[in-house]
Amino acid sequence: MTTTPRWRALTRHHLFWPVAVLIALLIVNVPFTPDFFSVKMTDGHLYGSLVSIVLFGSPLILVAVGMTLVIATGGIDLSVGAVVAITGALTCSYISDQTDQNALSVVFLAMGVGLVAAVVCGLWNGFLVARMGIQPIIATLIIMVAGRGVAQLITDGQIITIHSEPYKLIGGGYWLTLPFSIFVVAAVVAVTVLLTRRTALGLLVESVGGNAEASRLVGIRSTRIKIMVYVFCALCAGIAGLMISSNTSAADGNNAGLWIELDAILAVVIGGTALTGGRFSIGGTVVGALVIQTLTTTIYTIGVPTQTNLVFKAAVVIVVCLLQSPKFREKVFGARRSRNLTDPAPAEPVLPAAAAPKPPKTSTEVSR
Amino acid sequence: MAEPRPVLEMTGVVKEFPGVRALAGVDFRLFPGEIHALIGENGAGKSTLIKVLTGVYPLDGGTVALDGEPAEFTSPLQAQQAGISTVYQEVNLCPNLSVAENIFIGREPTRAGRIQWKRMRKEAAELVDRLGLDIDVAAPLSSYPLAVQQLVAIVRSVGTGDRDAPGSGTKVLVLDEPTSSLDRDEVLELFRLMRQLSRDGVAILFVSHFLDQIYEICDRMTVLRNGALVGEHLVRDLDQVGLIELMIGKALDQLEELHEHQLHSGVGELLVKAEGLGRTGKIAPFDLDIKKGEVLGLAGLLGSGRTELARLLFGADQPDSGTVTIGGKQVSMSAPNDAIGAGVAFCSENRKTEGLVPDLTVRENIILALQAARGWTRPLPVAQRDELVAKYIKALDIRPANPEARVGQLSGGNQQKVLLARWLITQPQLLILDEPTRGIDIGAKTEIQKLVVSLSEDGMSVLYIAAELEEVLRLSHTIGVLRDRKLVARLANGPEITAGTILETIASGAHQ
Ligand SMILES: Nc1ncnc2c1ncn2[C@@H]1O[C@H](COP(=O)(O)OP(=O)(O)OP(=O)(O)O)[C@@H](O)[C@H]1O
Ligand SMILES: [Mg+2]
Repeated sequence: MTTTPRWRALTRHHLFWPVAVLIALLIVNVPFTPDFFSVKMTDGHLYGSLVSIVLFGSPLILVAVGMTLVIATGGIDLSVGAVVAITGALTCSYISDQTDQNALSVVFLAMGVGLVAAVVCGLWNGFLVARMGIQPIIATLIIMVAGRGVAQLITDGQIITIHSEPYKLIGGGYWLTLPFSIFVVAAVVAVTVLLTRRTALGLLVESVGGNAEASRLVGIRSTRIKIMVYVFCALCAGIAGLMISSNTSAADGNNAGLWIELDAILAVVIGGTALTGGRFSIGGTVVGALVIQTLTTTIYTIGVPTQTNLVFKAAVVIVVCLLQSPKFREKVFGARRSRNLTDPAPAEPVLPAAAAPKPPKTSTEVSR
Repeated sequence: MAEPRPVLEMTGVVKEFPGVRALAGVDFRLFPGEIHALIGENGAGKSTLIKVLTGVYPLDGGTVALDGEPAEFTSPLQAQQAGISTVYQEVNLCPNLSVAENIFIGREPTRAGRIQWKRMRKEAAELVDRLGLDIDVAAPLSSYPLAVQQLVAIVRSVGTGDRDAPGSGTKVLVLDEPTSSLDRDEVLELFRLMRQLSRDGVAILFVSHFLDQIYEICDRMTVLRNGALVGEHLVRDLDQVGLIELMIGKALDQLEELHEHQLHSGVGELLVKAEGLGRTGKIAPFDLDIKKGEVLGLAGLLGSGRTELARLLFGADQPDSGTVTIGGKQVSMSAPNDAIGAGVAFCSENRKTEGLVPDLTVRENIILALQAARGWTRPLPVAQRDELVAKYIKALDIRPANPEARVGQLSGGNQQKVLLARWLITQPQLLILDEPTRGIDIGAKTEIQKLVVSLSEDGMSVLYIAAELEEVLRLSHTIGVLRDRKLVARLANGPEITAGTILETIASGAHQ
């Protein structure tokens, strides 16, 4: 058997199963797209399936990273898709109103307006959850539903198209041979990791999600922390909204970021953060989001008929979640091992090293 | 003499967790009608043995036989259906269901598929009554203190012996530290019930760190150390000194030390002054002074309001009358934060729901209070953090001594030590300890009490709550006596004060 301690330590690592699934999914593509792993340089830009997975997955990664912190506090944010739409709508409608859409000042101001709106949404969610004590799923449902309406209002129910070269960079441009959005994602992920692990924020978030009452009695200001994570989550969704509208140079209040909240939640769960809150893993979430994006790509490359798309996706997600469950793994893979152990006992009795050297006095007489 | 057949026999039981061998080939047997103690230090493997027996964890080796038939349970429900009723160490009931629902959960009396609520409440009330408990079974469980919750768990497991009542058909009753937060009276009631069950032929497995209780109620004992069997003895064949030696593997003489210890006299100026502090339905308005370096013990029966008083002094519950002044400044007490800011620390009796974050590591749980006080932007410097954590792991002998271990995987007593460590490192001015030694073994208990004494010598004030009167008497300069949610007396400790005088005060209810 291959159960060397090294291998066992590896399989026990929290990223093992998500990464294994990601690799497996990538490999599945090879028979259908033989040059799947190749990356070509054209016009000073890198092209290839791997690059596109990251490129198209960027908004999802951003939203999922924000979602991770919310879920870690024991909450959930259903409004991120609507925030994506609102941010894109505001930004694009601002740009489209200007005479010089290519002016840097215009673009920066427009992005500022969009992101401020995202932050306001986050504050609202945080206020409802942390101050008013409303169930997160209900509190964020409000913007999930109403937010799309707001986005429609902003765009007058139309799809606003813009022609702004600088704005195009964020979601569709290239920099140093790579899609620019990869740098944005890398920066956001790095900032999140620094913010949570180099300060005590991560610990306090995990504590609030792990045991709310204990956290209150320990003096953690959980109201503040919760508001912060909802704002952060909305901000991430806002950046994703910029990216999506920039990529298409258009704002579509109806379809931008549609159902992204569900993919984001899935990505978080695949990444190993429990929906009940507590321990979270940003790295896991990034891998989880890549799994989902790869899955979407795979569906296209292997030509799953459109009508069975979602069923196929669901099946893979179920497999990933099952693989993550220690109970399931024990049932399926552990049967052999545990049977070995319960076989007739080895000849010599096993005592731990720490046990007493002196022979145990065992009196075995019975009183009655 | 022919040996009767054991009702339960475990042979060569092995249980491994990643990096820990919790049980290394343990043999254990239980005869019908006996009360059998399972003894060992914190982390010796007692709870693990119970959990592999009842199907919480799968066995990694060895066999279990019930009534001579091989039995390996894959779930606690299965074990229960086979006649093994268990009260686990950490109360695992549903706090927001009523007491009656908790007692009957999973076996509610039904007629035509519908639950008979009235009958359920009536029977629950009868069951609770048999344990001498005066509580409303329709109230949610969470409205009662931990001790009552523990009793409800016991009621649930023992039942009446009637055919359809819960707990009927029980062959083996397993009680993992059922007495850890009970007062003397409840312990006596429990013992009465245990004796009655054992006369009916039920075999009882009893875990406790109170050796006196073991000598009072048990016939036989099995001693574990570091996951290995050290010996099985008749209680009457082994005295306490011998037993402690078996438990810890060496002679222990410092246990006596604390009995002779003199209360230090360095009590300083007034630190905390509560005036008319109270909360309707929890505790009547009371006045209380605590001086610098003073240990104030609280004595009272179950439900007398000790925990409630402590919670008000910490702002865990909001008072609806009165004021608190700490070090001359009035503190608003509208949330724990206010109290913490004023230098108060509160170590809850309920480590599972109000104390630890099970998913976090030992290190993270220990620094949590300190870190919360510093705020999220100022993480504790790594070197300082590791030094502090290492120091307290050593001082309290937390095992395994691994700061990376998840707290949820520690044994009950070791979890309690982690909770204590968390508050000790904050160096508060007033340390409120509610049952700080709950579930802690006899050696570590003395260490912790010594620590409390030395902290108070250094000027820390301590409010000490313990069900065991002797513990309160040993440590306190002053003893506050509570009765029926009222602070009825305040006694200066001295040679003339004994457990007897305190019980008298409680009974008479007022000498002010
Ligand atoms: N789920 C788990 N995962 C990993 N280690 C565990 C787990 N449960 C118990 N252990 C370890 O097994 C050992 C025995 O623990 P156990 O809870 O049986 O002790 P105990 O004798 O009941 O102690 P206490 O008196 O403190 O309750 C300890 O070292 C503990 O850390
Ligand atoms: Mg235990």
